[in-house]
Amino acid sequence: MNKKIAIIDYGMGNLRSVSKAVEFCGAQYDIITESAQIKNYTSIILPGVGAFEPAIKILKEKKLDIAIKEHILNKKMFLGICLGFQLLFSKSYEDGLHQGLNIVEGTVEKFVPKRNERLIIPHMGWNKIYISKTNKTVKEMYNGIKDENYVYFVHSYFCKPIKKEYIATTTNHSIDFCSSIAIDNVWGCQFHPEKSSTVGLQLLKNFVSKCEGQNGSN
Amino acid sequence: MVAIRVIPCLDVNAGRVVKGTNFVDLRDAGNPVEIAKMYNIEGADELIFLDITASSDKRAITLDVVKKTAEQVFIPLTVGGGIRTVEDMRTLLKAGADKISINTAAVLNPNLIHDGSRKFGNQCIVVAIDAKKDGDSWVVYTHGGRIKTNLNVIKWVQQCVELGAGEILLTSMDKDGTKDGYDLKLVEEVTKVVTVPVIASGGAGKKEHFVDVCKAGASAVLAASLFHFKQLKISDLKQYMKQNNIEVR
Repeated sequence: MNKKIAIIDYGMGNLRSVSKAVEFCGAQYDIITESAQIKNYTSIILPGVGAFEPAIKILKEKKLDIAIKEHILNKKMFLGICLGFQLLFSKSYEDGLHQGLNIVEGTVEKFVPKRNERLIIPHMGWNKIYISKTNKTVKEMYNGIKDENYVYFVHSYFCKPIKKEYIATTTNHSIDFCSSIAIDNVWGCQFHPEKSSTVGLQLLKNFVSKCEGQNGSN
Repeated sequence: MVAIRVIPCLDVNAGRVVKGTNFVDLRDAGNPVEIAKMYNIEGADELIFLDITASSDKRAITLDVVKKTAEQVFIPLTVGGGIRTVEDMRTLLKAGADKISINTAAVLNPNLIHDGSRKFGNQCIVVAIDAKKDGDSWVVYTHGGRIKTNLNVIKWVQQCVELGAGEILLTSMDKDGTKDGYDLKLVEEVTKVVTVPVIASGGAGKKEHFVDVCKAGASAVLAASLFHFKQLKISDLKQYMKQNNIEVR
């Protein structure tokens, strides 16, 4: 079993910043493109920038969807970032209605301004995270990170999990939305830790050490 | 609420920061990577590299600067200057840029905005507009402010957003270099007609100017020489903005 972190390259967005940040956090990584490779790794990151539909289409075509689900079912570590986080959900309303990986029950919906509200979309820039007090895994994910720290977002759609206990953090942009989830081995964040300076790097370090812990107990 | 972004802009020529030569604290005064690192520590929310390299054979150096910066500075990085094709965009994004800023090329070929945003997402495409007052309105200039077009700024900015621009970098040519404040009226008029973030540029001379332009509707504030020549520290500026009820990181 390969103890490096596998970063999945499915052609959506720039992997370089994610891989460089992971490297900066002291971990080794491989960039993988094929579904058959996933079973060789104990930890994977699914990054992604772009639209939902082409992304899920590529994942399905390459059978990466099945491999990712197996990986998660086997209780191995997973981190989804931005689009890679949204893809975990059941369905998205971005440009129509599209089925997601359905690992987390819920929807991906567009920000809509309230009446007479001038809402800037995309939600782009640094915003605060409010850390959940009820989610257990959140302590590992947000170790060393403070409530109301700022992280960097770029998105027009947000995730809405049905089970509120999955929510690790919320963020306000017209509404309070779920900005990250933590479900044992499944971590996902709407913001970009790889672009969130020291706070983001701390989250990635937490992921790396959780991955190492998992490898140690194998 | 999203915090207002404070963005230093670095003019890069053949791998060196051009306006930054007055640095005293840095070993290598004009090294963009070192300057980027310092700004990151000071609390910059984003960095813009403007490639002002005139000769195309030296563009590879800029690419290397982007690469090295992205390896060490983990905040968003926008790169502009001389980008003409979707292929140019891809090359820069692969090197580590998060957003691409286009100016003259967008005016000459508005479809580039569409093609780029379709390919890489709206959030990736920043359209930079150089605006100059002309009677009661503003006119778009290209080629680094040398050529006047017949485009009205307000109409052009709307067209850019329709084509897929995710952000507007709005420079007032009248105010640029004057240090007597941003063109507030321009920012007000532009932010009235679009809901994408607008980065205000041109005219920052003191802390108060930043607060004023945020109140006028800017989502981000840009300055170059003011930061480069240490007339204003980003951390001090943010402290001041916070005291004036502007949300900053």
